[in-house]
Amino acid sequence: MWNQAWQYVISHPDKIFEWTLQHLYIILVANALAAVFGVLIGIYISGKGRQRIADTVIYLASIMMTVPSLALYGILMGILSALTLPSIGFLPVVIALTLYGLLPIIRNTYTAIREVDPAMIEAGRGMGMSEIQILVKVKLPLAVPVIMAGLRQAVVMNIGIAAIGAYIGAGGLGQPIFRGIANYRTDLILVGAIFVSLLAILADLLMGGLEWLTTPKGVRTRRRR
Amino acid sequence: MIKLDQVGKTYADGTEAVKDLCLEIKEGEFCVLLGPSGCGKTTTMKMINRLIPLTTGKIYIDGVDVYKLESNELRRGIGYAIQNIGLFPHLTVCQNIATVPMLKKWPKPKQRARAEELLTLVGMDPGTFIDRYPSELSGGQQQRVGVARCLGADPPILVMDEPFGAIDPITRNKLQDEFLRIQAKIRKTIAFVTHDINEAIKMGDRIALMREGVLVQFADPATLLSSPKDEFVRNFVGADRVLKGLRLLKAKDVMKKPPLTVKVGEDPMQVKARMERDKLRWAMLTEDDGRFLGWITWEDLHASKTIREIIIPPSVTASPDTLLNEALSMMLNSAIGTLAILNEKECLLGVLSFEIIRDVLGQQVGEAQTEP
Ligand SMILES: Nc1ncnc2c1ncn2[C@@H]1O[C@H](COP(=O)(O)OP(=O)(O)OP(=O)(O)O)[C@@H](O)[C@H]1O
Ligand SMILES: [Mg+2]
Repeated sequence: MWNQAWQYVISHPDKIFEWTLQHLYIILVANALAAVFGVLIGIYISGKGRQRIADTVIYLASIMMTVPSLALYGILMGILSALTLPSIGFLPVVIALTLYGLLPIIRNTYTAIREVDPAMIEAGRGMGMSEIQILVKVKLPLAVPVIMAGLRQAVVMNIGIAAIGAYIGAGGLGQPIFRGIANYRTDLILVGAIFVSLLAILADLLMGGLEWLTTPKGVRTRRRR
Repeated sequence: MIKLDQVGKTYADGTEAVKDLCLEIKEGEFCVLLGPSGCGKTTTMKMINRLIPLTTGKIYIDGVDVYKLESNELRRGIGYAIQNIGLFPHLTVCQNIATVPMLKKWPKPKQRARAEELLTLVGMDPGTFIDRYPSELSGGQQQRVGVARCLGADPPILVMDEPFGAIDPITRNKLQDEFLRIQAKIRKTIAFVTHDINEAIKMGDRIALMREGVLVQFADPATLLSSPKDEFVRNFVGADRVLKGLRLLKAKDVMKKPPLTVKVGEDPMQVKARMERDKLRWAMLTEDDGRFLGWITWEDLHASKTIREIIIPPSVTASPDTLLNEALSMMLNSAIGTLAILNEKECLLGVLSFEIIRDVLGQQVGEAQTEP
């Protein structure tokens, strides 16, 4: 069985390459969207006097996470077809992954900004920074490591969920898995599963590196010198 | 000039942190806000730069109500050092110091030049430190950078909340000395918070002593020590307040001329005769050009010996700027009754003795006893 899977890999590298690219493309688009919206929402709800909104948003986002992906795809297909948009393939999967990715990013952005040392904010304000300057020059740089950790979580989690997207025709590394299940081809299932896992591990390493790179030098804990 | 006119602050929870405070800090004056923890010092400071809104009263800077100004403009014109330094950990020393210049949109090279200038001013080598991060500095160095940062855009007014808190006494003393040296040069109008009476006495032109939000006494250090207004002030300045008063005087303020100065080339027997006539047991000896050599005693003077052979060299000497408390401990430590005060060329300027210091203390005690 392992042998068959290996045979498949060396005889169809082009297929595997294509599925991986499709997979990556979905992940990239969805998480870029999740990052932009997640960070913006996180910043918004961390503002003064928005405690209630913050609680609600984070509550909704966590409910979102409990919806099984197949059910979410189903719901989205219904909504999209009602709007006469493509209801299978790339679009519903990207939307679903964006929604899943939001929670870790919103939550981390929100907590990171709320937990910036008040003394830092006061130092900024006391020297004449406007609220926007305090956000951009003090809060966000100090919050970056935690925000990036949220994004990393979202990416790794979504790589797994994206595999299920093949079921509704979005392609990617879920495709050999579903095809294998339908045709009793364990080797295909293995190929899909192994490559999805590898992708997740690589993405985790890569995001870890990115987390390190985007952390302002002065607040990095492990010092490279 | 900073003027607080009947300023009061009541927090939302009803805490009356500051009550009816009137205070005027003159231009170029170093005013220390002193008092026990929780007496409203930080609250007062933050009301000056509007970080905390006032409940009652008015605050004027150079005659202008601070609420007539745009708040960020106001703050960029006041150097602010927050309690516990508060350097930005994600910014370099250069960027930290140049925070206000950056906000004022100075060109980058000018910001850096300013940071270099200020680092030098606070005694740190720009080449070594300018691109470091706060986490790569010692506590004392961080304090210095904190001081440099509040001088960033050369504001005429500084508001400093315990800038030298939480640091070992030796470094603290050094920072205080350096800051006084800097202030002598730059002459800023300063509101400076501390709860350390010694720091207040050392640094302040005037001290505002607060208690539970009320200004109890506003006076120069000597007055605060010699005439504490009430029991609270007396306790706060401490039972050793008379000794503390020694910190306010320098050797040059009270030193006396030596009873007899002898040049090294003089004839021993003539000197001995002069000492017998004036009933002196010792005399001070200098080189012909005035440089101090040491003491000679009456017993040691003999016709058979030259003066140079009987010199007792000094174990310790002091400069005219030595504080009296330091001079006193120098004398106690080396068990001498008389301390020679020399200028930088080692020429003898005068002497200090236990009698002189006792007289100074006596005057202060006298003043203290005549209080109402
Ligand atoms: N935001 C706040 N809300 C309510 N009470 C406050 C607030 N900030 C300070 N206080 C209270 O106001 C009083 C004065 O506080 P402040 O911080 O001005 O004291 P302080 O003299 O600076 O003390 P320390 O030497 O400990 O720094 C204290 O009783 C404090 O508990
Ligand atoms: Mg305080």
